[in-house]
Amino acid sequence: MFGKVIGKRLLFSAFILIAVSLLVFGATLLLPGDAARAILGQQATPERIAALNEQLGLDQPAWQRYFTWLGGLFVGDFGTSSATGGSVGALLGDRIGASFILMGLAALISVPLGIGLGVYQALHRGKRRDQAMTGLSLVLAAMPEFVIGIGLIAIFATSVFQILPAVTLAPPGEPVWNRPEQLILPTLTLILVVTPYIVRMMRATMIEVLDSGFVEMARLKGVPEKRVIMRHAVPHALGPVAQVVAIQLAWLAGGVVVVEFLFRYPGLGQALIDAVTYRDVQVVQAISMLVAAVYVVVNLAADVVGILTNPKLRSAA
Amino acid sequence: MSPKTQTVRHDDANEPNEKIVLRVSDLRVLTNAGDEILHGVDFALARGEILGLVGESGSGKTTAGLACMGHFREGLKFGSGSVSIWPRGDATHLEVGDLDEVALRDLRGSRIAYIPQDPALSLNPAMRVGEQIREVLDIHGFGSSEKERADRVAEVLVDVGLPGDKTYQKRWPHQLSGGQQQRIGIAMAFAMYPDVLILDEPTTGLDVSTQSVVLDTIRQMTVANNVAGLYITHDLAVIKDISDRVAVMLRGDLVEEGPVSAVLERPQHEYTKMLMAAVPDLAGRKTIGDGAAEAKAVAEADEKTHILVSAGEKPGDSKSDRSDADGAAASAVDSDVSAVEGKGKSASENAPLLEVKDVELAYGKAQILDGINLTLEPGECTMLLGESGSGKTTLSQCVAGLNDDYKGSVKLRGTELARSTRKRTNEQRVGIQYVFQSPFSSLNPRRSIGQSLTVPLEMSGQGTAASRKATVEEALDSVRLGRTFYHRRPGDLSGGERQRAAIARALVNAPSVMVCDEITSALDVSVQASIVALLRTLREERQLAMLFVTHNIALSRHIADNLAVLNKGKIVDYGLTAQVLENPSHEYTRALIADVPKF
Repeated sequence: MFGKVIGKRLLFSAFILIAVSLLVFGATLLLPGDAARAILGQQATPERIAALNEQLGLDQPAWQRYFTWLGGLFVGDFGTSSATGGSVGALLGDRIGASFILMGLAALISVPLGIGLGVYQALHRGKRRDQAMTGLSLVLAAMPEFVIGIGLIAIFATSVFQILPAVTLAPPGEPVWNRPEQLILPTLTLILVVTPYIVRMMRATMIEVLDSGFVEMARLKGVPEKRVIMRHAVPHALGPVAQVVAIQLAWLAGGVVVVEFLFRYPGLGQALIDAVTYRDVQVVQAISMLVAAVYVVVNLAADVVGILTNPKLRSAA
Repeated sequence: MSPKTQTVRHDDANEPNEKIVLRVSDLRVLTNAGDEILHGVDFALARGEILGLVGESGSGKTTAGLACMGHFREGLKFGSGSVSIWPRGDATHLEVGDLDEVALRDLRGSRIAYIPQDPALSLNPAMRVGEQIREVLDIHGFGSSEKERADRVAEVLVDVGLPGDKTYQKRWPHQLSGGQQQRIGIAMAFAMYPDVLILDEPTTGLDVSTQSVVLDTIRQMTVANNVAGLYITHDLAVIKDISDRVAVMLRGDLVEEGPVSAVLERPQHEYTKMLMAAVPDLAGRKTIGDGAAEAKAVAEADEKTHILVSAGEKPGDSKSDRSDADGAAASAVDSDVSAVEGKGKSASENAPLLEVKDVELAYGKAQILDGINLTLEPGECTMLLGESGSGKTTLSQCVAGLNDDYKGSVKLRGTELARSTRKRTNEQRVGIQYVFQSPFSSLNPRRSIGQSLTVPLEMSGQGTAASRKATVEEALDSVRLGRTFYHRRPGDLSGGERQRAAIARALVNAPSVMVCDEITSALDVSVQASIVALLRTLREERQLAMLFVTHNIALSRHIADNLAVLNKGKIVDYGLTAQVLENPSHEYTRALIADVPKF
């Protein structure tokens, strides 16, 4: 039963990704400029451009190029970068890893932190610490990520303390995790951006759940407070919060661009900016597909959490 | 601290004696702001007996019940007084107020158990039902082994009349019906063989037939386990059915206490008398709400004291008033029938005011309505009686045009109506007005009553701003609220006042048919009585035809000329109220009548 529901969602997700691939491919077709001319420069002769077009497969009709590209995606071949002439996969490989480390760390820390703080606030609602945390989370939620990033740099790297690197120091080719200290500020920035939303949503949902009849009933059954919260209340709050977490994690996939640029971090964001500058269509397409895939996957995960915490959905579907 | 009201006591059973398991004396509960909610309540629960605690919403009965368990809802705190409990096997008694968190937890669910009002909300939807019962046993360390606890879960499920097997225990709450859910709640309460049981309106959300099964279960379990019960309710009929003794609460005071027969048959306190008079009886021997007299008294009195004022005025003077009103009604109906006939001929020959013909509605395979036929004449009231899920609300929505998925026809004065209100003419829309069940959600909280009541007039595009205001004020007068309510907001109004405002909203366009969808279900008995009286007056004054949708068969003789019994989308009995009640032709109607708690 449960497997069937998930299977359905997976199938649906696959359709969404194919639709996205059509859009991405279509959009890059509409981009102005000519890849061959961009590579060869203004002085290139028409013969050389035609030759390069043939080499890149650009002389084929659009639908044929689409299927070649789509087929490549399935086997992990993202095509050839028109800017460097190398394979997109090799170009992005390290960068994908670097970006996912950043996003993964931010998610691993901010999700439990957000949920924990939200529960804490809900349990102490109305008290001064709750009000202070609500105020703080609103301020953080209202600040754009680059402001938070610059603020952190000012505090920890330049003006106040000089304990952490302000930018990424690793030379190209060296894995970013070789110098863990350079990960701290970018991760912290992402955490500070993502967590407040999760805290606020968790607090609101948790307050609603704590007021519900079955939580009062559990207390009147003599269930110890810790178990009332962990067993009876929190699972019900997780379903709605999972949706917000998904939106936040999906945001990470895009928001990481600005943060990476700010910290000169060699990730996908940097690659995307470079690719757009050099009209490297293949790289733009690959990154767009990756971001879309992250959106689909985290939303799928949120749906799964929602279904898992709500037996009504589990048995109805 | 306000002075304590002297309770009228019918006997001395409340005095200390060896049968008493729980004793509450001079209990006072405060809000966090310091206002007193309970002004010194005394009662005692004896083993094997059920004490009914009656009172209207806001009288503090649930607060008193929960205080027995040392639990205070958000915003409330313990004031003074004592709650003592004598658990089985213990030599000494426990003072609930003196216990710390841990000791209190040990007491709750094991020595003193709670059965909540709404089982659908009180069972954890993400826990299997067997597991929820098992949790109580695990926490309180029942028995000595896993197996013993598992056996007890199965045993207590069988005790409450449910299958005790593993597959049943693995069900989720949403897979059970309301009655089954409540029996899970009862099983959970009885699992630890408690000494005291607090029952907080456990049957309020249930249908009459389900209610009678649940009441039977509670009664059997109380006697079999020799438990002392506190049954909190606003329904005097249920009290008569289940409890041995009854205590009446009025705004935080206990006004009368004694054996059920003594209190209900010879009520001493005026409030008890008033409550008794407000309960509708199936036989229709009395007139609830005392016609227009009480309704006026309610409107004129200050909202906080209206209960006592109307109670004071009630006996005596109303009888003559009532018979006058009846006479007037009869003559009014006669004259109206002729008037309508005169008018009706121009439109179509002798067509009934409202005619519902072969209405059917199905969602997929589920047949909600199955060939419904009804007619309604001016000034006539038809009660549409059915349990939840019978399709009664769906039918009234079809009539009003709020649900356009039906097949068949709805005719107003012989003209077939379009299915959706959007396609009906202005005149047709004005002709049928709808009053919703909950006055708490049907009025926009951000609009004043006057603004809300003006909307229908604006929609039908009638008159100028000044004439609309005059119409609205007139409607407010006719529901006995008075025009001073024009500028007030729903938040300032009591439930009964809101429902009157909602009725006034239906009246502003001078409809010929009013569809009342369970409009008294969310209200206390005395308020229900005054609304019923108001509807009677409106029918007399305005020749309004009414479709009164309800699950409460006891109201039938008090409001309806005709009774239509709806069961699973079919009308199984239809005719004059008295005929249907005396000679029910369908088995379902007979069962319904048999399940009504006799008063």
